[in-house]
Amino acid sequence: MLRTIAARVLLLVAMVWTAGTVNFIMPRLSDRDPIAERLTQIASQGGGSLAGIQDMVKSYQERFGLDRSLWTQYVDYLGSIARLDFGYSIANYPTRVADQIAYALPWTIGLLGTATIIAFVCGTLLGALAAWPRAPRFFRNVLPLFMVLSAIPFYLVGLVLVYFLAFRLNWFPSGGGSELTAIAGFSWAYAGDVLYHSLLPAFSIVIASIGFWALGMRGMMVSVQGEDYMMFADAKGLRPRRIFFAYGMRNAILPQVTALALSLGRIITGSVLVEMVFAYPGIGTLLFESIKLSDYFTIYGCVLVLVLATGLSMIVVDLLYPLLDPRAGITHA
Amino acid sequence: MSAPAKTGGLVVENLTVAYPLATATVLGVDGVSFTVRPGERLGVVGESGSGKSTTALALLRLIRPPGRIAGGRVMLNGTDLRGLDEAGMRAARLRVVSYIPQGAMNSLNPVKTVAAQMRDAILDHGERVAPDAIARALEGVDLPAGTARLFPHQLSGGMKQRVCIAIGMLLRPQLIIADEPTSALDVVTQRQVMGTLGRLQTETGACLILIGHDMGLMVQFVDRLAVMYAGRLVELGGIEEVFAAPRHPYTRMLIDSVPTFENRGHFVGIPGTTPSLARLPPGCAFAPRCRFAMELCRQVVPPSREVAPGRSVACHLEDVPLAPPA
Repeated sequence: MLRTIAARVLLLVAMVWTAGTVNFIMPRLSDRDPIAERLTQIASQGGGSLAGIQDMVKSYQERFGLDRSLWTQYVDYLGSIARLDFGYSIANYPTRVADQIAYALPWTIGLLGTATIIAFVCGTLLGALAAWPRAPRFFRNVLPLFMVLSAIPFYLVGLVLVYFLAFRLNWFPSGGGSELTAIAGFSWAYAGDVLYHSLLPAFSIVIASIGFWALGMRGMMVSVQGEDYMMFADAKGLRPRRIFFAYGMRNAILPQVTALALSLGRIITGSVLVEMVFAYPGIGTLLFESIKLSDYFTIYGCVLVLVLATGLSMIVVDLLYPLLDPRAGITHA
Repeated sequence: MSAPAKTGGLVVENLTVAYPLATATVLGVDGVSFTVRPGERLGVVGESGSGKSTTALALLRLIRPPGRIAGGRVMLNGTDLRGLDEAGMRAARLRVVSYIPQGAMNSLNPVKTVAAQMRDAILDHGERVAPDAIARALEGVDLPAGTARLFPHQLSGGMKQRVCIAIGMLLRPQLIIADEPTSALDVVTQRQVMGTLGRLQTETGACLILIGHDMGLMVQFVDRLAVMYAGRLVELGGIEEVFAAPRHPYTRMLIDSVPTFENRGHFVGIPGTTPSLARLPPGCAFAPRCRFAMELCRQVVPPSREVAPGRSVACHLEDVPLAPPA
């Protein structure tokens, strides 16, 4: 068991290093200069003169260490990954990257994590029922609808929802994580406000991804029903409910769980588009903004969070899987 | 035989299972009748597709749609199994009629321990699980009590089969249907497993139906033999009489196909293949493969007739001095 964990952690380190290196090189292949752009932007907004801006750029580059050799920067960068410290955001100096991420991450995890889990539970159950001959016909008939919905990208579903429910009917806010005037804190009013703002984006993710989970589960459930143990479960006179859950779903769900872990790792990446559509203050929006401004350090931070999330969720699945499927345990032991 | 309802045990009359196809309705089991007295062992043999497993599933009322039981009567110790409602039939499975599958492969739920699967079976029949119930059931099939904690993938084929038998015997059923319980096992294990099954059946005095195509195993194990061909029961009788003097040409050929010590290395097959149930010939289904087929056989389905007490055959041949094939 310990050896398994050690091997997985080593793999994670290798993964982070590889992703980090790619991540370091990619933004630097662009010929844009983030500091010059930022200062020009400030100058033009403030109406200040552009004179002397070259000197400012130079001094800022020194401060951010961008004047040193690429190799030195790379070594520094690896060190900062190890410490999980990415210094200051170039675009929002003097905000620290870590603070930006710490602010954005709960929004993303709260919205997409919850929506993904809701979609998983509903979709898996729907798929299982659609494959179950003794279940009402309703479940079989409703499945194609969700499959059509899952073929449409969820940001399109989101746009349609925003247009009708928020813009036209004004039932829901059209964007944001909470009212601008709301005071953040642990109060019922604030929690309700956050929930109210999350309903529309969450709903668009859920209805767009239920079909995916349902389809996978239906396929597995159909093949599980051909297994001898299902026939024997019937012959043993078990209650239909037990056969459905403990013998059917329990076996059919195994590949679904793997897919869930992978998609939980990916929600942060997948969040970019949803968060853009709904102007949600999560990590997707943060990443998008920092790419627009070539904010190296924030990009590093965001991408590293993505890599860590994917890697960690894979480790969790690897370690949990033997508990779900006793057959998986023997190869590691 | 004449008044079967009064006797105990299993009485099956005219059991018919139909599968509707696009063009026609296929009879997987076609008017099968037989009885099994308490404590008696009936063997059912036939080639693949002859309807022997379908008969077993029909007795359990587990024919999957669109297949259905189209007719017949199934009485077990005075209870009309076809008259029970769905819930009643579910409760009767395992408690009254238990099924022992060819369990060596994967008749056990791979994600549950042996103990959990046995517990499920007891609980769903509304009984409490006595603390030593599982250990005793495992002991009954000569497995150590520690087997309870294991998962199916940790068991050998023979152990899995024993677990299936232990589950089948948990509630002391009145009828045991064993569907090729040893076909995936080697001969030594096969013999041990059959010994265990036979001992448990003798202890409980249940009716037993053994389905298979191993004629050698049948001779050793059963009291009476039923031979099925293309969904119909073609011969029924005491195992010794059937082997000594088969009345149906098909039975004769089945017996002749068993390899003997005198005739080592020489196998006698039955020429031809089983007919498709969707395109049965108009007369006797076996006629195309039969050496004795007459014109009558190709036109009229031979009815089952009683040739001696407890001995019936469905063949037009009046008296069959069947000589072994040259």
